[in-house]
Amino acid sequence: MAAPQISETDQPAAPLIDRPDPAQHGLQAHSDGGSAFVPVQTRSERFTSTSPDDFEAVTGREFEWKFVPLAKVAHLISDAVDGSPTAFSYTENGGATVDWIDRTNALIGSAGAPEERASANAWSSAEKALHILVTGEDGQETVIRRDRFDGSARAAHVVIEAAPNSKGTVILEHAGDANLAENVEIVVGDNAQLTVVTVQEWDDSAIHLSSHFARIGRDANLKHVIVSLGGSVVRVNPSFHLVEQGASIDSFGLYFADAGQYFEQRPYVDHVAANTRSRVNYKGALQGEGAHTVWVGDVLIGPHADGTDSYEQNRNLVLSEGTRADSIPNLEIETGNILGAGHASSTGRFDDEQLFYLQSRGITEEEARRLVVRGFLAEIIQQIGSETLEARLSQAIEVELLAAQATE
Amino acid sequence: MSVLKIEDLQVSVETEQGTKQILRGVDLTVGEGETHAIMGPNGSGKSTLAYAIAGHPKYHVEGGSVTLDGEEMLDKSVDERARAGLFLAMQYPVEIPGVSVSNFLRTAKTAIDGEAPAIRGWIKDLDASMKALRMDKSFRERNVNEGFSGGEKKRNEILQLELLKPKFAVLDETDSGLDVDALKIVSEGVNRAKENTGLGILLITHYNRILRYVKPDFVHVFVAGKVAEQGGPELAVRLENEGYDRFLADTTVG
Repeated sequence: MAAPQISETDQPAAPLIDRPDPAQHGLQAHSDGGSAFVPVQTRSERFTSTSPDDFEAVTGREFEWKFVPLAKVAHLISDAVDGSPTAFSYTENGGATVDWIDRTNALIGSAGAPEERASANAWSSAEKALHILVTGEDGQETVIRRDRFDGSARAAHVVIEAAPNSKGTVILEHAGDANLAENVEIVVGDNAQLTVVTVQEWDDSAIHLSSHFARIGRDANLKHVIVSLGGSVVRVNPSFHLVEQGASIDSFGLYFADAGQYFEQRPYVDHVAANTRSRVNYKGALQGEGAHTVWVGDVLIGPHADGTDSYEQNRNLVLSEGTRADSIPNLEIETGNILGAGHASSTGRFDDEQLFYLQSRGITEEEARRLVVRGFLAEIIQQIGSETLEARLSQAIEVELLAAQATE
Repeated sequence: MSVLKIEDLQVSVETEQGTKQILRGVDLTVGEGETHAIMGPNGSGKSTLAYAIAGHPKYHVEGGSVTLDGEEMLDKSVDERARAGLFLAMQYPVEIPGVSVSNFLRTAKTAIDGEAPAIRGWIKDLDASMKALRMDKSFRERNVNEGFSGGEKKRNEILQLELLKPKFAVLDETDSGLDVDALKIVSEGVNRAKENTGLGILLITHYNRILRYVKPDFVHVFVAGKVAEQGGPELAVRLENEGYDRFLADTTVG
């Protein structure tokens, strides 16, 4: 059996990789000698468009596609997809309203724009957007359950809007089969506190390419949590734009990839305004032949983002042979006047000393392993803040661990 | 009467320089309720003995036996040994992130007893033991050993000793790094466990100090991987005055 491939990166401020054709947005090749010099591109200058044809055909060599099993998702990148609204269910409460809005609505595009072709394909195909408006101030929870997709290729658009001064939680639950490309826009009004949790518990066959774009207003906080436990290829890439002073983002992720599963997440924190704060913490476990996870964490501290306080980390726990975890933190700093910017990344196996300690107290090896993994992931689960969901996810992870051990 | 019997125990460990023999035929018998102090210079194999008894995978048993009431322990896994009644208080307990002390203790107690403890009695026992060890209740919700001071880690080890009620415990330099107040608290915990359950103790120590609070019935001097001399508590006093020099004169410490 192949040894697990462990990638560990901890380099300072690496320049982000270019998209294929820099000329597309006006960058010219240098004329000073014609060498193979590639101009450094800041993340903020990455090309965006809502039209898929503006993007080059995807070859798999592009940085944003290089890890993805392209054959499984190519149709969502380049073929026509059905953008008609898909039924969903939700729990009604007084804190939020849920309805469909037209694609001409001014809200569409207010939190960001596609940076790659699948996102643009979904953007231009979705006929309507699911609009969740949080107005309550009591932290009520709205659960949207999306489990009625089928295997046909679909596009979707979701807009989550938190009114100024509101406080609430929106949970997007995903289950069943899917073949979905989508964009999720999150607009957090001034002084609002919004929690958005997206839970992927898809069937083993599901394909899900999701781009989240968040615009976080003055003194507002977004807590954003990605939980990926099920699916064939699941990619959720959130961009957080801290565009007003005092805005903050807490970005969490938890993933558990089994044999043959591919989970990717690329959080991007864009510190635009002064005195903004970001914390990014993703944790993953991998078990089984071919389990593959990718985390790329970009943090950009712009020239006007004085007083930025930023930290990002990713930790992976490798539970068996034959898995692969890619972990790449990138940090760009364009002002020297910041409070702090740090990053950490690690990928490792079980700590034998932890297992020995637990076993020396009579706990069996299987149970000791479960305790360690559960403890490792608990840090993220405890951040969700919804008791029901926390309990359910703990249970779901328990099932993953038992299933994984049964196949050993 | 329970008996822990170590016979001709030979143990090696893998090092960067290759396999290294550490224990060269250790014989020791510990009866129920007895306290045996193991003393000796650095590198004499005291901690290796502790880990070998507990079954740490890094240590390879080359020969000999360790039996508990006639039952061979060396064939058993680490957790089976613990369930048979062995306990190792570690010199450097590791952190277990995300696992609370109370969850850990309950899981261990359930594993040792083969059934979950009755809630009310369990909480009562836990509170009483923590109080006696001057551990604040907030410890229950903290992650195991995470951010604990050296003294807190050792107290947490003795807390487990009291709650899990093993037949025999190996205390691996439990006194190291403790100030005198913490040393007294920890020693009282050991003595309580002994009184309450007839615990037999292998007390590994580098210093004489703890023997003022935990009285040994026997003292064994470890040199170069075996017992070089044994005697009663008076031997510890003599070692305190003379040091280990007379044992080292004609021996090469590996």
